[in-house]
Amino acid sequence: MTGVLSFYRTSIGKKVVMAVTGLIGVGFVIGHMLGNLQIYLGAEALNKYAAFLKSTGELLIVVRVVLLTAVILHIIAAVQLTIENRKSRPQRYVKKQHVESTFASRTMRYGGFILLLFIVYHILHFTIGKAPGGPQPFDVHNVYNNVVYGFQNLWVSLFYILAMLALGLHMAHGVWSLFQTLGLNNRRFNRLLRNAALGIGTLLFLGNISIPIAVLVGFLEPVAK
Amino acid sequence: MKLKLHIWRQDNAKTAGKMVSYDANHVSPDMSFLEMLDVLNQELITKGDDPVAFDHDCREGICGACSMVINGIPHGPQRATTTCQLHMRSFKDGDEVYIEPWRAEPFPVIKDLAVDRAALDRIIAAGGFISVGTGAPPDGNAIPIAKEISDLAMDAAACIGCGACVAACPNGSAMLFTAAKVSHLNLLPQGEPEKDQRVINMVAQMDAEGFGNCTNYAECQAACPKEISIQFIAKMNRDLIRAKLREGNNAGSGKTGGA
Ligand code: HEM
Ligand code: SF4
Ligand code: FES
Repeated sequence: MTGVLSFYRTSIGKKVVMAVTGLIGVGFVIGHMLGNLQIYLGAEALNKYAAFLKSTGELLIVVRVVLLTAVILHIIAAVQLTIENRKSRPQRYVKKQHVESTFASRTMRYGGFILLLFIVYHILHFTIGKAPGGPQPFDVHNVYNNVVYGFQNLWVSLFYILAMLALGLHMAHGVWSLFQTLGLNNRRFNRLLRNAALGIGTLLFLGNISIPIAVLVGFLEPVAK
Repeated sequence: MKLKLHIWRQDNAKTAGKMVSYDANHVSPDMSFLEMLDVLNQELITKGDDPVAFDHDCREGICGACSMVINGIPHGPQRATTTCQLHMRSFKDGDEVYIEPWRAEPFPVIKDLAVDRAALDRIIAAGGFISVGTGAPPDGNAIPIAKEISDLAMDAAACIGCGACVAACPNGSAMLFTAAKVSHLNLLPQGEPEKDQRVINMVAQMDAEGFGNCTNYAECQAACPKEISIQFIAKMNRDLIRAKLREGNNAGSGKTGGA
């Protein structure tokens, strides 16, 4: 345990925590999107999938605990690293140019903050059904209708789209960055990893925003039970 | 040609600094950037003003002394070039040029553009060496080293310790410098026995000096006059993770590190 703590105390140790917890997040958001896209197979398919997830009992609890722990550790490390980074540049440049850093890399902290707000809202919205602006009526057994009613609120849909933009950008840098942080990168793999990150970020953005857009344009409609 | 210069003037680390504007009216495109500052300083001295303090030594791109951020980029706009090797033909008549010191908490300003970079020396002292008995010189090529490995170690060893990487990094991180110094020894058989302690101690010193953390922006490699790649940062992270795991194995032996 002291070994783990002494590693965490180093700058690189905190980054490794960011990277590992981030990787858990990446795995989750990809799986979650693939699950959600079943909405295009119809209400029955999506509701059956949701019922299946709930039927896993203890496994579901384990997964939720792992995800929650990962998010909390990710945020703690992010805050500590950000505070240290601010301290090391107390006097800012009068003029500063960025040469090679990407927009995605420079907005990790802001995008991450949007994602935090989103995660809280998203759980209240579709898991618990108690979010402001949330789906009316909310029925735990009809996830399909919850999604459709939920996204018929334009403001809610716009917030989701903004959050998915933040997610896409977070991934466009993060997926490459986590391999670099873990030391799993070299000259040969660098291009591949950069492209994979951009691809994953883009697919997550497009795949996820397709759902609120499909609801708003009337392609997905509520079903009678 | 004529330039409008805006230069950071600061008496010492304890006083606040500010930008001061100067007209440079007799700039030849063939001058180096430092020669342009020499001419300005000569004018200031003639007028009885305080000349601008800046570091310089070799003026041929090998010592790493000539630290200054020019228009927001360490060592100025030309890639893979130190300030002393930058020529005024990189600028146009009438340009405004902002000149600032390296800005990082571990680099206190000595005066104007000159900063104290001893923090980098202390990182080297923490592990940038090999412990060998210095007897008679060994035979050349007595230790076989693969060509690719010696080339890679040479790429890392090209670091001149200028600190442009720290200056360019939005986090004021010294990861590129430290990674270059760790890697060039850790790659070679001579560095192998102290590999783990080296990376652990140099990273610990880097952190203790108050440098920021790496967020993989890659601004450092863009600013590095020797084009050190951030792939060495990945390698240092890998070496540190391995060393920390092995440190656990050796716990109880009374010593840290080792193979
Ligand atoms: C809950 C709110 C979140 C906050 C406040 C946050 C914040 C941050 C910050 C500040 C960084 C560091 C940026 C850097 O070092 O370059 C980062 C990196 C990262 N984040 Fe997040 N993030 C959040 C959520 C997420 C989520 C949901 C995922 C996964 C889908 C994720 C995946 C990653 C990855 C993969 C990295 C890269 C790690 C590395 O650089 O090695 N983050 N995050
Ligand atoms: S890594 Fe490059 S920028 Fe950093 S100190 Fe070495 S030579 Fe200078
Ligand atoms: S003065 Fe030596 S590198 Fe510029």
